[in-house]
Amino acid sequence: MGLAHEHDMHKRRFGRNLGVGLTLAAFVGIVFGMTVVKVKRGDEMRSYEKISPAEQGRRIVQ
Amino acid sequence: MSDTSIRIDAGEAGFGDYFALLKPRVMSLVVFTALVGLVVAPVPVHPFIAFVSVLFIAVGGGASGALNMWYDADIDARMKRTRGRPVPSGRVTREEAFAIGIALSAMAVIMLGLAANFVAAGLLAFTIFFYVVIYTMWLKRWTPQNIVIGGAAGAFPPMIGWAAATGGIGLESVLMFLIIFMWTPPHFWALCLFMNDDYTRAGVPMLTVTHGRRTTRAHILVYALLLAPVAVGTAFTGIGGPLYLTVSLALNVIFVSGALKLWKRDEKAARADGYRAERRFFAFSLIYLFGHFLALLVEAALRHAGWGWI
Repeated sequence: MGLAHEHDMHKRRFGRNLGVGLTLAAFVGIVFGMTVVKVKRGDEMRSYEKISPAEQGRRIVQ
Repeated sequence: MSDTSIRIDAGEAGFGDYFALLKPRVMSLVVFTALVGLVVAPVPVHPFIAFVSVLFIAVGGGASGALNMWYDADIDARMKRTRGRPVPSGRVTREEAFAIGIALSAMAVIMLGLAANFVAAGLLAFTIFFYVVIYTMWLKRWTPQNIVIGGAAGAFPPMIGWAAATGGIGLESVLMFLIIFMWTPPHFWALCLFMNDDYTRAGVPMLTVTHGRRTTRAHILVYALLLAPVAVGTAFTGIGGPLYLTVSLALNVIFVSGALKLWKRDEKAARADGYRAERRFFAFSLIYLFGHFLALLVEAALRHAGWGWI
């Protein structure tokens, strides 16, 4: 059951929660989009320690 | 009285109040100049990566705005122009502004690093540090040259945009930095000439307060004269072209003649017509900056279509 009187405070709170929710959703979308672009381009995305020492050396020289 | 009741008295913050912490008007300038810096760079960027880069440069700029409001709440409360900001009006606490500023700064820097590269991210981190620590905490309350130093923070976005595309710094990106850097003092001092009371009340050492209006007028002219060769000279680099040269020449002639007019005027004449020339110079300074960066953007489009310098 909802509150009998909706106070202005509740409206603000709802607006704030909606804003935060949409912002987080947009952030998830951005990270997902970035991942898609980087995978499609074939960017190097292994973490540094997963790369063999020889390859690490080559990368530094490059 | 509990903390909650205090906040309800002051009017609980809505989402817009938190957004206002990021200084959206300043952010729009950051978005535009960063975008130009990124687009004019000779390295093509994937549109989505470009969008994300500009977005996080803007978030980083906004975060430094929030940190500025956290530190300057006392000054903001005393100035008419800034009294309605979320912190001085009591809708958002200083601690919240600080937390949002720090969290968004870290997020923006890391995300820009992941989206583009860590040279751009490093520049963004330095910009935030420069604006918050060097300008806001240290120089703003201490020297009348505060505007000159603060202008540097505002001048970094096109360099960050350029770095996001190229992974480095070039002559062109330094020139874009210099245009904004040299433009900021005359732009802001013109505002001070007709908004002086605010800064006097807040105790911020503005040039108009510490050295008088005569000196300020001279400073505006000197900066306008120094800015002109930098702005026009950019036409002869990789990002310039005939269109930019034409636009820049026209804008600089108007800007320098406007500064000359301000320099020739005395306070009596200025007060008599309600600082009309000063207001017009200030308004034109916005067109000046926008015009230059728009021209750079158009030049990039023309180059892309194969119509660059012949």
